[in-house]
Amino acid sequence: MNRKLLNRFYDRGFLFVGIFATSISLIFLLALLLDVIADGMGRLGWQFFANYPSRKPEEAGILSAWVGTVWVMVLTGCIAFPLGISSAIYLEEYSSKNWLTDIIEINIANLAGVPSIIYGLLGLGLFVRFLNMERSVIAGAMTLAILVLPIVILSTREAIKSIPPSIREASYALGASKWQTIRNQVLPSAMPGIMTGVILAMSRAAGETAPLITMGALTYVAFLPASPISSEFPYISIQGLFDAFTVLPIQIFNWVSRPQKGFAIDAAAGIIVLLIITFVMNAFAIYLRQKYQRKIRW
Amino acid sequence: MRQLQKIKEWFIEKALFLSALFSVFVTIGIIGVLIFETFEFFKVISIFDFLTDTQWTPLFSEKHFGILPLFAGTFLTTIIAMAVSLPIGVITAIYLSEYSSENIKGVVKPILEVLAAVPTVVYGYFALLFVTPLLQRVIPDMSGFNSLAAGIVMGVMIIPIISSLSEDAMHAVPMSLREGALALGSTKLQVALKVILPAAFSGIAASFILGISRAIGETMIVAIAAGQQPRLTLNPLVPIETVTAYIVQVSLGDTPTGTIEYSTIFAAGMSLFIVTFVLNIVSYWLKKRFREVYE
Repeated sequence: MNRKLLNRFYDRGFLFVGIFATSISLIFLLALLLDVIADGMGRLGWQFFANYPSRKPEEAGILSAWVGTVWVMVLTGCIAFPLGISSAIYLEEYSSKNWLTDIIEINIANLAGVPSIIYGLLGLGLFVRFLNMERSVIAGAMTLAILVLPIVILSTREAIKSIPPSIREASYALGASKWQTIRNQVLPSAMPGIMTGVILAMSRAAGETAPLITMGALTYVAFLPASPISSEFPYISIQGLFDAFTVLPIQIFNWVSRPQKGFAIDAAAGIIVLLIITFVMNAFAIYLRQKYQRKIRW
Repeated sequence: MRQLQKIKEWFIEKALFLSALFSVFVTIGIIGVLIFETFEFFKVISIFDFLTDTQWTPLFSEKHFGILPLFAGTFLTTIIAMAVSLPIGVITAIYLSEYSSENIKGVVKPILEVLAAVPTVVYGYFALLFVTPLLQRVIPDMSGFNSLAAGIVMGVMIIPIISSLSEDAMHAVPMSLREGALALGSTKLQVALKVILPAAFSGIAASFILGISRAIGETMIVAIAAGQQPRLTLNPLVPIETVTAYIVQVSLGDTPTGTIEYSTIFAAGMSLFIVTFVLNIVSYWLKKRFREVYE
């Protein structure tokens, strides 16, 4: 009898332990957000977005940093999107079960776990030094695209997997070829899931610091990459791809490492901007996933 | 026309195959770059010195190239991080999988996802400017840069990895096992500890190893909050330097390329890659095992 009571007591007790443990992460997140907002909110303003970094903390801004982040994020998406999707299509629709497929699968799982700083060393050794691309926007974007590739591949595979075989069979029955089926039936239906993965990958790229520092992105930049839109024919310029750059997380890191209190405030303000970018993209991705998961019932 | 279509299909398949193969080239590229650059390093420094010398001072005039102090720093922050994230992560997973209602799950899981999406530089800021001052109130002689605050924050960062993977593993345990134990008169806690935990063990172990691998490779938190002083110590209150933080330090400095000092970052990266590679393979294998058992 006593033992039964004791067991019940433990059971109840664990419920509270569980709630306590779970709330630690939530409290931590809350503390982090409040701390950053309390420190940095005052510095946010139009000036902060329009100014270059400066020796004086009150005048410093994130112009070169946020422009660099947008450049890198968009380019990373543009490189990782086609590569990731075509690998996923091959693995889901074409590959047969053999040793080569096994190697590719294990390899992708392993790449997802390689520390991001190692990708920085790859970018440094391969793009910056071996291919002589300097410390340019394009070298940074290629490094990050390789870094996020496993995320795009895995989420695209999940999306393709969720399309039932009956859709494909119906398409074949109408005389469509394999590629026609994939292009006209499978991909359109899987697109929301694929986009979710690509957005998450881009948000990850926006927050990465270590690989870009290792690859040699600058920490103090008082200019912007050349604009992609030019006034002369053909109106589009790729000159910006080869310019030096910095990104928001690097700018934040640079400010955090300085002893003056004013730069800590700048860092906090930069973090607010970075967190807004990250959270908005994540929320959008989750929204996409939820919406289409509910809508499509096969 | 038919013929043309067939040729097109053949080209498309080959193109897709090549892009799938691209990820293998990435791995080869990583290993190639690391070996190539590390080779230059080991032409000058013997592997024996690299692995046994207890000092790491490549940027000083009296140079020592022992990786041990850097790995001691990595080891220390990793242990602290895992001491935080393993218990909290597993208990969170048990709570979510066995106790909580669907509604609570619906709130907690997205919040954990948010926690996982926060860029690491933000955690670094928080460790240096919030957690360290907070800890200094309790431990007054703690240094401004230390592995304790960095490790704790890193631990919280890893909680979502442990909890979500462990919860998946617990979720995969068939309902009949739970019902059987409950029918024998077990409490929920007994079911969780004596039935679910053992059954989900390989999944939890996989999440644990993945967490360690993340902690070893984590860079920005330790680069910001743990200091830049390589030393062979287990004292969590003093500045240390991890392998990753060292790579960042050199990348930011003005060390000329092509020198032996410069190639140290590739030697350090190579060691890091080997350690995490082994851990990832073990984790992959364990994860595969728990999937095979119940699916």
